[in-house]
Amino acid sequence: MSATATEQTTPLVQMNDIRVAFGGVHAVDGVSIDLYPGEVVALVGGNGAGKTTLIKTLSGAHRADSGQIVVEGTPVAISNPRDARDFGIETIYQTLALADNIDAPSNIFLGRELRTRWGTLDDTAMENETRHLMGRLNPRFKNFKVPVQSLSGGQRQSVAIARAVHFDAKILIMDEPTAALGPAETDEVRQLIRQLRQEGLGIFLISHDIHDVFDLADRIAVMLQGRLVGIVNKHEVTQDEVLAMIIAGKQPGDVTQADLNGLHR
Amino acid sequence: MSDVSAAPTAGAATPVPVPPPEPTRRRRSTTGVMRSMELDPRLFGMLVALAIIWVGFNIGSGGTFLTARNLWNLSVQTAPVGIMATGMVLVIVSRNIDLSVGSMLAVLGMAMAILQVEWIPSWLGLDHPLTWVIALGAGVVLGAAIGAFQGAIVAYAAVPAFIVTLGGLLIWRGVAWAMASGRTIAPLDPTFRTIGGGADGTIGGPATWVLAVLACVGVVALLVASRRRRRKYEFALRPLWADVVIGVVGTGAILGAAWVLNSYPKPGTDEAQGLAYPVVIMIAVGLFMTFLANRTRFGRYVFAIGGNPEAAELGGIKTRWTLVKTFMLIGVLVAIAAAVTTGRLNAATSGLGQLNELYVIAAAVIGGTSLSGGIGTIPGALVGALVAQSLQSGMVLMGVDAPLQDIVVGVVLVVAVALDTVYRRRVK
Repeated sequence: MSATATEQTTPLVQMNDIRVAFGGVHAVDGVSIDLYPGEVVALVGGNGAGKTTLIKTLSGAHRADSGQIVVEGTPVAISNPRDARDFGIETIYQTLALADNIDAPSNIFLGRELRTRWGTLDDTAMENETRHLMGRLNPRFKNFKVPVQSLSGGQRQSVAIARAVHFDAKILIMDEPTAALGPAETDEVRQLIRQLRQEGLGIFLISHDIHDVFDLADRIAVMLQGRLVGIVNKHEVTQDEVLAMIIAGKQPGDVTQADLNGLHR
Repeated sequence: MSDVSAAPTAGAATPVPVPPPEPTRRRRSTTGVMRSMELDPRLFGMLVALAIIWVGFNIGSGGTFLTARNLWNLSVQTAPVGIMATGMVLVIVSRNIDLSVGSMLAVLGMAMAILQVEWIPSWLGLDHPLTWVIALGAGVVLGAAIGAFQGAIVAYAAVPAFIVTLGGLLIWRGVAWAMASGRTIAPLDPTFRTIGGGADGTIGGPATWVLAVLACVGVVALLVASRRRRRKYEFALRPLWADVVIGVVGTGAILGAAWVLNSYPKPGTDEAQGLAYPVVIMIAVGLFMTFLANRTRFGRYVFAIGGNPEAAELGGIKTRWTLVKTFMLIGVLVAIAAAVTTGRLNAATSGLGQLNELYVIAAAVIGGTSLSGGIGTIPGALVGALVAQSLQSGMVLMGVDAPLQDIVVGVVLVVAVALDTVYRRRVK
């Protein structure tokens, strides 16, 4: 078990023996994985390894054919994104899912607007909350009144993350959060992820970027062809060993020097 | 290739040329003023364009355009298209379109006319005081129903709005004809007629002044409330001078408009007409729709859907139901516009509202609504309707032939959108 995941605490979420099939193809084939508070678990694997499908069963975008999801010790049924949200599970999609034409506060509160006692939108209050939220997450964020399309990639990512964490999220799912960003913006987002981890959130991080994974994750879960190859503690493996898991499905103990050399051909 | 090889040497040899500071600084200070006043530059530009059009026509028509009489008529003529354009904004913002409004106007006008001319008198007798209420209410309900029907096909069956409402354009026109086998239905109930602004369809001089003063109080109250709200959260306040300028210009414009409209007496008397009912209705509709678009969740959702339908869906918004509501809303507004049009004509024919869909869409688009969705304002659409109507009635005053009028309106539409596109690209 990982060093950060304290033995006494219940996991934030446990996914037990999850299976999803599309036609005859087993996209996810009996995967079990858990996540503790204050922990980042990276999900890695090649294209079609099943990591996005697995995570969609948790975010409510897709139903599992079988298996069990346990949130803080209680088995739950998640059939749509609203259910997931009710259990404190928030997802940041790769496409960010922001409405480009409206400003940051409107995006953060989209679907959950603050209203005055007459039932009208309370934009001033939403802007105020957003300022506090951004003060905590990303103090460099200053553009509260402009459509988010005119923001930089990192700032847009901040808005997406702020939206996810504002409503007492406990479990955060991030799909390729740094994929479309420049170096400075990537740093900004990494900083943000560390900050959230420190605040006690559990984060599932889907990433292709092995540097992101080793920089941010506590544990690394490797998937290959719908199956879980293994979950390893970041400090107990090398990047090459993880690559061997991703590509060849070999456990760190089984991997030979010849295999590792093969990776670098 | 040559660019690539030349660039490093040029960069290394000479320092980056400094742009001449004078024009840049001037431009920045104008935008600075605009920004501190938090004015919408697009709306401001449209008002300037409107002023140019008005002055130009006044010169071209030998001083008959900017008379109280012509401006009063202009205000009444703008009303039906203006009323419908406020709804079209929301439909277009949500990435849809409604091509059926002109034909719907005919059906709804016809329905209200038949109801008050043939059906209600046989139940309640002629000239019953409730006739107009029942007719208008039925029209509004029918408008909402037609809108809901078309909207449901768009939202739930995922048929493109262009196709659904193109079908509607043909269908409702045919239905309007079939409803009375092409007959003209007239004359209408006297009270109903006032909705159209006829001889007695104005609120009169004193009431116009009262409304104008109330509007001024409203403007000042909004400015004060906005300052108070921002102060409560310790946000940066708009500079006081900017608020004062906005207040003075706003109240001045309101009082000026009231003065102009009150300067046109009823024919044969010296009693001021003041605002016509259609104009009062248009202003009320404009205020209500602005409120709906900016201050309610429904309005916010319409814009979010236009910006990114997927994001709206993931945000837990019932996007399909929201789309149906936008079509219902425009149906209701078409019913109101139909009441204005038939009331003014004192008759309903199956040819009512022909080409209105295009004028309504043109008004919204001239007013800054983007056909790709997500962008548009209600006040913009109203100014757009006024611009389109000004062009038409100005050309009539100047004796321009009808085909040439269409050409000019068409050219203006394309030029306005082209300018807007260029502007938006530069802002980005």
